[in-house]
Amino acid sequence: MTRRHDDPLAGLPQAFDAQGSSFFEVLRRQAPDAVPELLRTGELPARLRDELVEGTTVLAITARDGVVVAGDRRATAGHQISRGDIRKVFPADDWSAIAISGAAGPAMELARVFATELEHYEKVEGEPLSLEGKSNKLGHMVRANLGLALQGLVVVPLFAGVDPRDLTGRIYEYDPVGGRYRATEHAASGSGSLAARTTLKRLHDRGATVEQAAHNALEALFDAAEEDAATGGPDLIRRIYPIVAIMDADGYRELEDTAVAEMLEEVIDPRRR
Amino acid sequence: MATPYYVAPEQMMKDRAEYARKGIARGRALVAVEFAGGVIFAGENPSRSLYKTSEIYDRIGFAAVGRYNEFESMRVAGIRLADVKGYQYDRSDVTVKPLANAYSQALGAIFMGESKPYEVELLIAEVSEQPEDGDPGLELYHILYDGSIVDEHRFVAIGGEAEALMGALEQRWEPGLDRDAAVRVSVEALSEVAGRDIPEATLEVAGLDAARPRRRFFRLRDEALTRALGR
Repeated sequence: MTRRHDDPLAGLPQAFDAQGSSFFEVLRRQAPDAVPELLRTGELPARLRDELVEGTTVLAITARDGVVVAGDRRATAGHQISRGDIRKVFPADDWSAIAISGAAGPAMELARVFATELEHYEKVEGEPLSLEGKSNKLGHMVRANLGLALQGLVVVPLFAGVDPRDLTGRIYEYDPVGGRYRATEHAASGSGSLAARTTLKRLHDRGATVEQAAHNALEALFDAAEEDAATGGPDLIRRIYPIVAIMDADGYRELEDTAVAEMLEEVIDPRRR
Repeated sequence: MATPYYVAPEQMMKDRAEYARKGIARGRALVAVEFAGGVIFAGENPSRSLYKTSEIYDRIGFAAVGRYNEFESMRVAGIRLADVKGYQYDRSDVTVKPLANAYSQALGAIFMGESKPYEVELLIAEVSEQPEDGDPGLELYHILYDGSIVDEHRFVAIGGEAEALMGALEQRWEPGLDRDAAVRVSVEALSEVAGRDIPEATLEVAGLDAARPRRRFFRLRDEALTRALGR
C-alpha cells in the first residue's frame, strides 16, 4: 500500500522497503523539490556554465594507522579566482571524509546530502554503515549526476576514512559516471592532481605515521599550486592554509591552523633561497 | 445487502481508547527524568537490541512503550522528518514542537481512521542549544495513543504502572540532580514499583546530555551503567 503524498501518515515506513534507510530516497519521495538539481539531472543553460565556480585540487594518502585527506582553498570561475578560502574537505561522519573537486556548488550539495545520508542510516538502523558500504552509496549518488556530467558539470569526489570495525584506512576514487575505484596508497583529484600525484608517489611511505602523511600531503599540495594556476598555495599573508583532515583510531579530526602553519614551514623552508 | 449497524461515535471512541489502553498496560513502563544537564530515559527491557529509546536529531530524543512494530515505524518517521528539515533549512532549525505535532496528528489520524488504534505512548524530548548552568532547557512531550499531547516537566512515567511510578518519582525527584543521581532515581522508582531489584543487563538507560557536542543522545551500557548506578 502506498500512501498519498498529503496523507498525514505518508512518512511512516513501509515493511520490506529496501530504500527505507536511505535519506536520499526519503528526500526524493517526501520533499522532491528539495532534491539538488545535481542529483535530479536536468538542463543547464550555457550562459551559466561560464560563471560556474570550480574547486581544484584535493588529495588523500594512507598512513600506517590511518588516512589523511587534504585540499587547497582556491575556487576559480573561468580565469578568475572566485574565492581564496573555500572548503573542499568535509567530514562525512565520525570516521570518514569527503573531498570535492569540480563544480563547487553541486559538489558541496553532494557532500551535504551524503553526510546526512550516513547519519540517517546510522540512526534508523542503529549502527553505522561499513566503509565499503559508504563508498558504494556515494558511487550511486555520483552516477545520479550523469546527466549534468554530460553537460560539463562534472563532480568527482574523493572519499576516504577508516572502518570503525577493523581500523584500516582506505581511499576511494570516482569517475564522472559513478565508477568506484579503491586506491591502495594515495589519490588526487582536480586540476592540480597530476603534479600532486607525482609528489605523493615519490613520498608515500607505508609505514608513515598520520603526521608524516599529513606533511606529505602538504608537500603535494604545494607542488600542485606551483604547477597549476587554478590551485591555490598557502596564503601566508592572510593565514589561509590548506585543510588537513586526519582519520585514525580516534576518528575524524582536522588539524588546527597553527599546526598546519608549522608543517608548512617545514615544506617551504627547503625551497627558500 | 446487509444493513451496517449504527455505533454511536462516543461508544466507538470509548471502545478504541479502552483497547489501546489495555494493550499499552500489558507492556513494561518507562520513565523520563530531568536532571541538571538534560534528561534520562530508563526502563526495563530484556532485549539488548530492540530498543525503546532512540536518537532523532542532534538535540531530540525519543522513547516509547507499547507495541514494538508500531512505535518503531513512528521512530523512523520522526528521523525522516527531522533529517529532511535539517537538510532543507539548518540543523538548529530542527526543533521538537513540530515533531511532537506530527506525531500527534499521525496518532490521531490512526486512532480514528484505521481499523485499530496504535497501542503506543511516546515521549519526545529536546534540550536547549545553549543550556544555562543547571537548566538544560528541557522540553518534554508526552503523546498518547489517540493523538492527545501533554507537555511534561520534571519527570514522567508512561506505560503499564505509570501511576505508581509517578508516585515513586514524586518522592525521590529533586531539582538539580546530576546525571548519575537521575539514573539512580529512575532505577529505584522502577525497582520499587516492580517489587524487585532490576539487574543491569535488563535495563535500558539512555538520554540527552545538553553539554555534549552536536549529537546529544547517549546510551549507558555495561560498565558505564554500573558506574552510574554506583553498584
